[in-house]
Amino acid sequence: MTTEQTQQDKNGKLVLKLVGVVFGMFGFAYLLVPLYDVFCDITGINGKTSDTAAVYEAVEIDKSRRVTVEFITRTHTGMPWQFEAKTRRVDVYPGELNQVDFFVKNSTAKNYVAQAIPSVSPGTAALYINKTECFCFNHQPLGAGEEALMPMKFYVDPQLPKDIKFFTVQYTLYDVTANAQDVAMNQG
Amino acid sequence: MSTAAEELHHDDHHHHAPSGIKRWLYTTNHKDIGTLYLWFAFIMFLVGGAMAMVIRAELFQPGLQIVEPNFFNQMTTVHGLIMVFGAVMPAFTGLANWLVPMMIGAPDMALPRMNNWSFWILPGAFTILLASLFMEGGGPAFGWTFYAPLSTTYSNDTTALFVFSVHIMGISSIMGAINVIVTIFNMRAPGMTWMKMPLFVWTWLITAFLLIAVMPVLAGAVTMVLTDKFFGTSFFDAAGGGDPVMFQHIFWFFGHPEVYIMILPAFGIISAIIPTFSRKKLFGYASMVYATTSIALLSFIVWAHHMFTTGMPVAAELFFMFATMLISVPTGVKVFNWVATMWRGSLSFEVPMLFALAFIVLFTIGGLSGLMLAIVPVDFQYHDTYFVVAHFHYVLVTGAIFSIMAAVYYWLPKWTGKMFDITLAKWHFWCSLISVNVLFFPMHFVGLAGMPRRIPDYALQFADFNQWISIGGFAFGLSQLIFLALLIKACRKQGEPVTDQVWEGAEGLEWELPSPAPYHTFETPPVIK
Ligand code: HEM
Ligand SMILES: [Cu+2]
Repeated sequence: MTTEQTQQDKNGKLVLKLVGVVFGMFGFAYLLVPLYDVFCDITGINGKTSDTAAVYEAVEIDKSRRVTVEFITRTHTGMPWQFEAKTRRVDVYPGELNQVDFFVKNSTAKNYVAQAIPSVSPGTAALYINKTECFCFNHQPLGAGEEALMPMKFYVDPQLPKDIKFFTVQYTLYDVTANAQDVAMNQG
Repeated sequence: MSTAAEELHHDDHHHHAPSGIKRWLYTTNHKDIGTLYLWFAFIMFLVGGAMAMVIRAELFQPGLQIVEPNFFNQMTTVHGLIMVFGAVMPAFTGLANWLVPMMIGAPDMALPRMNNWSFWILPGAFTILLASLFMEGGGPAFGWTFYAPLSTTYSNDTTALFVFSVHIMGISSIMGAINVIVTIFNMRAPGMTWMKMPLFVWTWLITAFLLIAVMPVLAGAVTMVLTDKFFGTSFFDAAGGGDPVMFQHIFWFFGHPEVYIMILPAFGIISAIIPTFSRKKLFGYASMVYATTSIALLSFIVWAHHMFTTGMPVAAELFFMFATMLISVPTGVKVFNWVATMWRGSLSFEVPMLFALAFIVLFTIGGLSGLMLAIVPVDFQYHDTYFVVAHFHYVLVTGAIFSIMAAVYYWLPKWTGKMFDITLAKWHFWCSLISVNVLFFPMHFVGLAGMPRRIPDYALQFADFNQWISIGGFAFGLSQLIFLALLIKACRKQGEPVTDQVWEGAEGLEWELPSPAPYHTFETPPVIK
């Protein structure tokens, strides 16, 4: 009887530990989300640029080389706006502040709120593009029939590895009207 | 009324347990539960196989002829899910239930009630999954890998059922795994030290640890898909700050260890069969244990070899390429040990041995195509083509499933007390062996030539090969009906009675028990030599 009892105690303890591992690993799956973000922020490998504004201060301009930056725009499925970069491609000196404007037009009869998401390719270049101002930092509402010119100011970090002579910045415009109901209503 | 009573009486040949269906519903006996798992797995194998027949019928000719593309996608998705979670995994759990207690000299599994639950929630999970096929919009059509945004933005509402059923499958395998671990830790007969455990027990122990480590991650992934789709989170939605590529990282962090969950118990089975029919001890027992452990550990750091084409930095591609290649070292150790066991042995070729030999050769072919896929620049060409399909069917069908068949033929006489129908078994083996190669070998070539996977139509130049593949597929499907007939005969207890040892050369505690193995065994622990 007593040996059976101790056997059950032993089993119970081990089960408890294993159940702990199970819950721990379930939590770990969720922990992977912030870990992934931090990892990508540090390494820039998923091509995401920083979502906060950089400060342009005492940056030395590297006149010895030029970098070509190309801009691509697209709208996500179901986003009916017109969206294009006024300048498709610029040659810049690392360290020099530049501005590129993006044109958007909502030719529908509905109010929309948009969110632009940048993606840089090759991904490592994402760490070296510093934006002092970007429409992608905020939601962008446009009423029915409205249009706008959205500015983006950036400089390329002079630390940019020498082998990167060309990179592409792509903006995808997503419809976030549903998530941003209040903003849309204020507009309307 | 009297007939009902008669029927009850008639079914009641097991005096220890309630009669009829209740016996199976309430059973906590490891042998009963093992049998339930194995039959369930076999039924799922036939259901998933029927879906494969639909896929091959559609691909018999180029163009769209039999099914709608959306239905085709549901077939590939549900075929994959059923074979992985409904056939291979439950079959291994069934074998563990039958064999682990008998091999370590325990009277039963450590947690018999939980054992009952972990089986009986499975049919529910698969009923839900299969039912979703008949609902409006159809079942899941995003591939067994359910990549976001296919499973979030572009899927239909039955995705909720998919998520629910995957949760239940996960809970079932986690409970099964916990049971195996506790049994092996706490129920070994006195004297059954770690390094005396049969390799099937070892490989299952390690598999069980893999299961409790990664099934919760799968649960997390499906939960994120669920909340992204229905509750407005944006784990995988770029618009809300998420990242669809992250889905692939989380999924494959589960997915790669999962493929080893489906092969490690197979290694244990083959390591039991080869020595028996070579009449020699297994070569390199300890190295087998270490190889299995290192495969399991390495399996956590190779997941991104499924993602070479997502645009990873070169350094990461190189890391995952070399880590993946590293796994073939312990795998090679195993193959070497099996061959060395046979070297100068006095071999005989009974049916389990035939399947085991086919396993060694064909699984190695699958490993070699895996090695090709591990080479980054080469994978850029092969990724998402039929070459990948060929690879994983060699390791899973001629690997995992052949090992399960080998195991069934090896231990079936111990379970029933009768020798199975050897003529049928040989037909089953040879028909399966030939057809499976007609089915999967040409897939390498159409894959190299660029035929994409998961597409219901293809370019004309692939037509001849696809006809061969489909013919091989139908033949392989039919061959399994031979197996069905054999199993029905075996369960009706037809055949010659066998000795306790069954196979001359078989060693281990289970062969010291009477045949058929009594309902209760090792109620007093055996003496371990
Ligand atoms: C030497 C060992 C192995 C190596 C080097 C290897 C390598 C690979 C690689 C690189 C891929 C990704 C191919 C692509 O999508 O482009 C792959 C896919 C796959 N492998 Fe393996 N593999 C090995 C063994 C196994 C084993 C033992 C199993 C299972 C029993 C397995 C199951 C799979 C599956 C299911 C897929 C495809 C998943 C999917 O995309 O649906 N592999 N393998
Ligand atoms: Cu893998």
